[in-house]
Amino acid sequence: MELIAFYILAAIVTVSAVAVIAAKNPVHSVLWLITAFFTSAGLLVLIGAEFLAMLLVVVYVGAVAVLFLFVVMMLDVDFVELKQGTLGYWPFAALVGVAFAAEIALVTFARSTAGDEINANPGAATNAEAIGQVMYTEYLLLFQMSGIILLVAMIGAIVLTLRHKPHVKRQNIAKQTARTRKDATRRIDVESGKGL
Amino acid sequence: MSAFIQEHGLLFGWLTVIGQILLFTVVLLLSLAFLLLMDRKVWAAVMMRKGPNVVGPFGLLQSFADFGKFLLKEIIIPAGANKTVFLLAPILSLTLAFAAWAVIPVAPGWVVADLNVGILYLFAVSSLGVYGIIMGGWASNSKYPFLGSLRSAAQMVSYEVSIGLIIITVILLVGSMNLSEIANNQSGGFWTWHLFSFNNILLFPVMVVVFVMFFISALAETNRPPFDLPEAESELVAGYQVEYSSTPYLLFMIGEYLNIVLMCSMMTLLFLGGWHGPIPFGEEFVSNFPVWMVNLGHLAWFMAKTVFFFFLFALVKAVVPRYRYDQLMRLGWKIFLPTSLAAVFLVAGYVVYAGVQA
Repeated sequence: MELIAFYILAAIVTVSAVAVIAAKNPVHSVLWLITAFFTSAGLLVLIGAEFLAMLLVVVYVGAVAVLFLFVVMMLDVDFVELKQGTLGYWPFAALVGVAFAAEIALVTFARSTAGDEINANPGAATNAEAIGQVMYTEYLLLFQMSGIILLVAMIGAIVLTLRHKPHVKRQNIAKQTARTRKDATRRIDVESGKGL
Repeated sequence: MSAFIQEHGLLFGWLTVIGQILLFTVVLLLSLAFLLLMDRKVWAAVMMRKGPNVVGPFGLLQSFADFGKFLLKEIIIPAGANKTVFLLAPILSLTLAFAAWAVIPVAPGWVVADLNVGILYLFAVSSLGVYGIIMGGWASNSKYPFLGSLRSAAQMVSYEVSIGLIIITVILLVGSMNLSEIANNQSGGFWTWHLFSFNNILLFPVMVVVFVMFFISALAETNRPPFDLPEAESELVAGYQVEYSSTPYLLFMIGEYLNIVLMCSMMTLLFLGGWHGPIPFGEEFVSNFPVWMVNLGHLAWFMAKTVFFFFLFALVKAVVPRYRYDQLMRLGWKIFLPTSLAAVFLVAGYVVYAGVQA
């Protein structure tokens, strides 16, 4: 049963991963990428890592890919121009492909010689507990480092886009709501026939 | 479920699961028909109108008449639209809205899939809901739908952040991500509900604030007024739904309302004790009855609370004017995000240093 499910999911992941690079429309590419992410989450559920699967969906599909789609949708894409020059990248693409294939082969080989079963929750009742036990203890340094890297990236993005424009009227909500009738209006007695 | 399958055989196990799913779907759709009517009636009552009152007694069959009309109309697909994505978007919306209901326990044990990471699953599926809207807006190949979908993408991603943090406070209190356990943690009467949490009295002010933020974020997450900017009719005609007609539109609408009811039931489960009544009494008396009878009583409590929240949603729609977009973003990022982060700190500190009284 699990084997059938695995082969169905794996087939979907492979097909959609190929479709990501084969699709002519970049928006379709992103949609295929989302399918690939989502189905990979299904594969994670199959090995019993349901916490990771949910995090994959929440973080990558629910947040990262949305912003990705957001940007790609707004691109003004010229398909003819896009297709030209794609072939010029093939040596680089081949290099990356070979590296990936080698890594996958290496991992598969290491697993098959080690001979131990994949255990999604070692020494804990659930997946989430297993991660919780080591995340802030053994891997504290790595965890905090990745946090700092993300913080730096975030601040960098803000610095790149922050502009202080002069002469822009800004809304100060506290100031607005603190206004009363007394300091917003004044009463003037206008003599008839004179005007202001 | 696996133990059940071992006991009764694979085929029977699968048939039971499919039966449960069908039952859930039919009951949900039927109750949705009347909730839609309730939404319109409440809205009408606030405006001192009568609302739908022609089809059936008190207009009770209005939703079914609408349903028939939607099905019989022609499906119009704009010439420049991306046909596959255009039709996929409403189907995706509806499927995801239904899929989220798989983990909602409506009474003890009455749940399709009692996942250990149930609440994360809910959060994940509801965060996928934005794709139906974005895809629909983009595939229409039209300006207003596109603007609407861009707005909704930004809005839903922003408010997901605070919803996630608020969910974390509840997870910290319970110590589990299983929705049934979250509901059972509040079984001792209304003073143990997470909204009040009188048994951890120091947390009372925190949880009330957190609950109000969750309610407002739920409004924003489901694109309900006052945060219905993706479909603001005075600016964008109908936002991402402009080009949709007939059945695809119906699918979008059912998906949207299912998500609203889902948010209502999430509030019930997380903060208002789920299926537990406000005062626990008669446990021994009730224990003589068969389990399904007791569960029907629990189900009634669950539905009553959910419908109450739906009533609040309908009321908010009628009485609150629409937000401006920059105000919406300001509320999400500058007020809700810091406040919910502070709430996570406070609750985590309380759990570590004071310990939780269940």
